Amino acid sequence: MSWLDVFRGKSKPPPSAGAAKERLQIVLAHERISRTGDDFLPRLQKELIQVVARYVAIDPKAVNISLDRGGDMSTLAIEVELPAPEKPKPGADAPAGKAAAPEAPAGSKAEAGQKAS
Amino acid sequence: MAQVIVVTSGKGGVGKTTSSAAFATGLAQSGKKTVVIDFDVGLRNLDLIMGVERRVVFDIVNVISGEARLNQALIRDKRVDTLSILPASQTRDKDALTKEGVAQIIDELSQDFDYIVCDSPAGIEKGALLALYFADQAIIVTNPEVSSVRDSDRILGVLQSKSRRAEEKKEPVKEHLLVTRYAPERVERGEMLKLEDVREILAIPLLGVIPESESVLKASNTGSPVILDDVSNAGQAYKDAVARFLGEDRPHRFIDPEKRGFLSRLFGGRAA
Ligand SMILES: Nc1ncnc2c1ncn2[C@@H]1O[C@H](COP(=O)(O)OP(=O)(O)O)[C@@H](O)[C@H]1O
Ligand SMILES: [Mg+2]
Repeated sequence: MSWLDVFRGKSKPPPSAGAAKERLQIVLAHERISRTGDDFLPRLQKELIQVVARYVAIDPKAVNISLDRGGDMSTLAIEVELPAPEKPKPGADAPAGKAAAPEAPAGSKAEAGQKAS
Repeated sequence: MAQVIVVTSGKGGVGKTTSSAAFATGLAQSGKKTVVIDFDVGLRNLDLIMGVERRVVFDIVNVISGEARLNQALIRDKRVDTLSILPASQTRDKDALTKEGVAQIIDELSQDFDYIVCDSPAGIEKGALLALYFADQAIIVTNPEVSSVRDSDRILGVLQSKSRRAEEKKEPVKEHLLVTRYAPERVERGEMLKLEDVREILAIPLLGVIPESESVLKASNTGSPVILDDVSNAGQAYKDAVARFLGEDRPHRFIDPEKRGFLSRLFGGRAA
């Protein structure tokens, strides 16, 4: 701020050209990369769903992929909604440790499981 | 063989037509036989900026469709006798331009002219692609502003992949940066991207910097390319750019704020 501005009664807004440069550098760095290769995100999403589906039954629509492009680092967030765990079935080879719940003897728990199914 | 120069930017309203008119006139003034083609079919404007709007009889589409010969459509400039203008069609739609048609026109013009300047429409659609397809050199017109810089970067990518030189794997199109509507006072106040920033981001050789100037509006009002206005900053900056293009080494001017007197600074008067 020049001392003359005091007489003009102006207060300077923060300069914005710096922000313009920074934002441009970030967005162009990413656009230049995607220019060379094709956009891999749709394929990445499809393959990720296939991998996850091999281990858990999922609804493909319950997978959400988001990207935040940054200067030094970009984050790719993948959110998979897993189905609610099923109740253990009788005779299922549930690990003994988990089955031995302190509130009830093992036998009664198996019975409850049978009623439920 | 003529050199084909495309004046392009991606973004509209940045000064392509102003620069095409000035550049073509400047090349012709230095004795080069030059033709400037308006590729903005449907939005013809180069004729107005060149001051030949009342002499348009045929246009590029008439030539492509065989309704007129190229010679009939070319308009000879009355101020510079080595300069001709090929207007765009005002009525037809963009599909009237075809790659074969344009190729034939460029081919024919190549035999008579040293330079063929192509004034590109905005965008990256058919008209813009055709304007740059045959280019040997490209003048990338950029304003010091985020969307213009981004679009220039985009159009550079298009030049490097979709031009004839790229398709035929020849030596790439030679790129030149022309920064226009530059306002040194606003740069100094931190309101506008600096020349150095634009250069650093786009990273192509700088051909010139044209200052924001009232003389450009005056020039378009009267239909006389601003380069013919010897006293204006913009006119002189275009002259410098043309000289550099032809191999001369000239320092960049009008990139620093004009020194203002004490009184005008005290009362906040703006430099013209
Ligand atoms: N250096 C300049 N100073 C002031 N105004 C300018 C300058 N260059 C271009 N203009 C104005 O900007 C507007 C768009 O210019 P034009 O050459 O038609 O752009 P484009 O062909 O890229 O759409 C016009 O009104 C023109 O007068
Ligand atoms: Mg234009």
